[in-house]
Amino acid sequence: MSILPGKSGKVIIQGITGREGRARTKLMVDIGTNVVAGVTPGQGGSRGVWGVPVYDTVNEAVEIHGNIDITVVFVPAPLVKNAVIESFASGVKLAVIVPDRVPVYDVMAIARAAGEYGARFTGPNTLGVLSPGIGVLGMIGGNADSVRKWFKPGPVGITSRSGGLTTSTAYYLSQAGIGQSTIVHVGGDSIIGLPHPEVVKLFQDDPETKLIVLLGEIGGSQEEDVAELMSTGKVTKPVVAYVGGRGAKEGTQFSHAGAIIEGSRGTYQGKVDSLRDAGAIVVDDISSIPAEVKKILDKLGIPYVRD
Amino acid sequence: MSKLFEYQGKKLLEAGGFKIPRSMIIKSISDAEEVFEEIGSGVLKAQVFTTGRAALGLVKFPETLKDLHTYIGEMLSQSIKGYKIETLLFEEKLDIKQEYFAGIILSTGKSSPTLVFSSKGGSGIEEIVSKYPESVFFLDINPDKIPLPFELIPLLKDTGISGRILNLLSSSLISLIKTAIKNEAKSLEINPLVLTKEGKIIAADCHMTVDDYAVFRHPEFGIEIARELGHPPTELEKIAWAVEKDDYRGTFYFIQMEQNFKKGDGVLGFHGAGGGGSMMSMDALQTYGYKVANFCDTSGNPPASKIYRAAKIILSQKNIDGYFGSGSGVASQEQFHSARGIVKALREVDPDFSVVFRLGGNSEDKAIRILEDYTKDLNCSVKCFGKDTSVTECAGEMDRMMKEGREERGEDITNPEPHKFDYSFYTVTGGTVSFDYSLCKTCLSKVCIKECQGGILKEVNGVPVLNITKTEATSGKCTECLACEVECLAIGNGGGKIFLPIEGLEGGVS
Repeated sequence: MSILPGKSGKVIIQGITGREGRARTKLMVDIGTNVVAGVTPGQGGSRGVWGVPVYDTVNEAVEIHGNIDITVVFVPAPLVKNAVIESFASGVKLAVIVPDRVPVYDVMAIARAAGEYGARFTGPNTLGVLSPGIGVLGMIGGNADSVRKWFKPGPVGITSRSGGLTTSTAYYLSQAGIGQSTIVHVGGDSIIGLPHPEVVKLFQDDPETKLIVLLGEIGGSQEEDVAELMSTGKVTKPVVAYVGGRGAKEGTQFSHAGAIIEGSRGTYQGKVDSLRDAGAIVVDDISSIPAEVKKILDKLGIPYVRD
Repeated sequence: MSKLFEYQGKKLLEAGGFKIPRSMIIKSISDAEEVFEEIGSGVLKAQVFTTGRAALGLVKFPETLKDLHTYIGEMLSQSIKGYKIETLLFEEKLDIKQEYFAGIILSTGKSSPTLVFSSKGGSGIEEIVSKYPESVFFLDINPDKIPLPFELIPLLKDTGISGRILNLLSSSLISLIKTAIKNEAKSLEINPLVLTKEGKIIAADCHMTVDDYAVFRHPEFGIEIARELGHPPTELEKIAWAVEKDDYRGTFYFIQMEQNFKKGDGVLGFHGAGGGGSMMSMDALQTYGYKVANFCDTSGNPPASKIYRAAKIILSQKNIDGYFGSGSGVASQEQFHSARGIVKALREVDPDFSVVFRLGGNSEDKAIRILEDYTKDLNCSVKCFGKDTSVTECAGEMDRMMKEGREERGEDITNPEPHKFDYSFYTVTGGTVSFDYSLCKTCLSKVCIKECQGGILKEVNGVPVLNITKTEATSGKCTECLACEVECLAIGNGGGKIFLPIEGLEGGVS
């Protein structure tokens, strides 16, 4: 990936033999992600999945294939903590945690382990990370044909709390002739490994990303924290933002555990105001994003696509 | 976040070694005598999820049995924020010397829970922090390495606590930390934490929320629906939860937003897909002045059967003026499964209003064809769009169709009902797949076999049968893709029929 390890990074799939694991392994293999092994305890040595060999432990995969950079996790939510910490203990540096409904104390334990082992994670409850022309980690796009049709390489980095909006915004940009550097679905939960501010900082340091699209939603403080990074000059690249949940009532949670308004924290208006004050362009409708992005790219003389 | 009542939180605190007031639970007036005999004059508190109970008359101090009778009667006849008050807590009165605040909170971006303590109790923590910052300390807790009491003493001293209370408070705070971690609390707040004149530290109140995703590890909580609804679960929400609870294939969220509305109020049945896409779609409807009767999200690649049940539940809401569905627009999942589920529901309910869906994403052309073509003979007008039509345009189309009024359609549609079932098997969610072979025999398409997602049907003597055992089909090999009914009605001879029960929905839901 361009902001996360690149094409040569070695990837394993934990939970490769399950329903989702199988389906998404096909996507990743077909698109050219460097998937070297799968891990499902108890199924080691069984027939490979789409040509990918299966092991009982991450360590066994490391013994055969050398150091592993990334794991993409598809095990059921109650088993996620064990799987991810196992991968960190075996030297994996980035975990993409796809499953939904991972208990929050388990996520905190994963976060502590990440600190201890010097690793990072995205999710839980993420569709993953995609860099057009390079590869997919997770399940963005569903199948390789769609990925090739929907996403084009270019200067726009996308970070989103909604999986669906990640995909659609990238697609609408492609339709408008504008390519993407990397698109990241940070995950819909309240505690996640790489929230918006972290991803935005990665985009700031990434030479391929010239403009950042931020897809936020009500609840929590990720959007306000990005505004803070902008106001304090830590993020200087232009930001085009959308905040979902304008019509939501206080105290009601709309599917995403993170999207809940409690008291005055995390309201729609508060987020929009702080982003605008920090200099971001905030749109009411994601379909206006391509036009706003074009204006900025034109002004800065940045090409829409990358070869 | 699922909330626990004060009395539930206090029980968990007590189990963790915390002192709580002597107390009893009251469910009806008939409990009064026994309780009064046990506790004497004390404090009666309604068990509701709201702060500021005293101002609402939900905290009373009965001195006599007669008072207690009166207050119980008053409280049990009230509702707060839509919750009927069902449980009261009666506690001994505490001789308060000092009030503190103690709590555990989880914050976004942190990998550990935070302990908060203030030597000034009573008011809300935001107020305490802004008015008396010197009275507060925060401490991040590593659940793998719970602090020992001595580590808290300097922090307590900094808030102005001194003397023997330091020992009592530090060990109480350790109990609080352990209780929060053991029960996977997202927040656990004791306000006030009380020092009595006798020198005991007691939790006088308790607000606790637990992690919805961890509720499966805590059956002892007795939580009915592990989701934040903002109101007590309605009958329909309970029905929806029963569909979702044990079916881990994809997600189905359902929250009722409006009830008691009339036909013509512009309240729509709403069917979203994906949290972000759903919120965006509701916002789009709002810009055209429509309200949604419900929030719904079916996403994460659910089977057609789950979409069907969701659609039936949405359509069962009385007086909705339309049915609108959209996700983010570019779904990674195969969209025709959604289309089949919606078609089956629409064919069974046949509402008299407009239906607009946006099923953009993988296989959207097939999804649009199924949804529009297979509903042409119905009373409702159905339009379906793909990823290149924005949700605002779809909401605009809904608005146009509703204002235009629907065209009068022909006579009632006739679903060709199979007369008898020659062959049946059960599905994983208690459904039944049946075939009427008198119709199947003359069917040239055999579309049931061609379109079956699991590939579990084969043709024998000109009719479909399973190519696996019935037990295998029931264990999940039949993915409930609904092709053998929906495609059969449209392309085949109408010999296939799937019955999918929705517990509680038949038998009349108002």
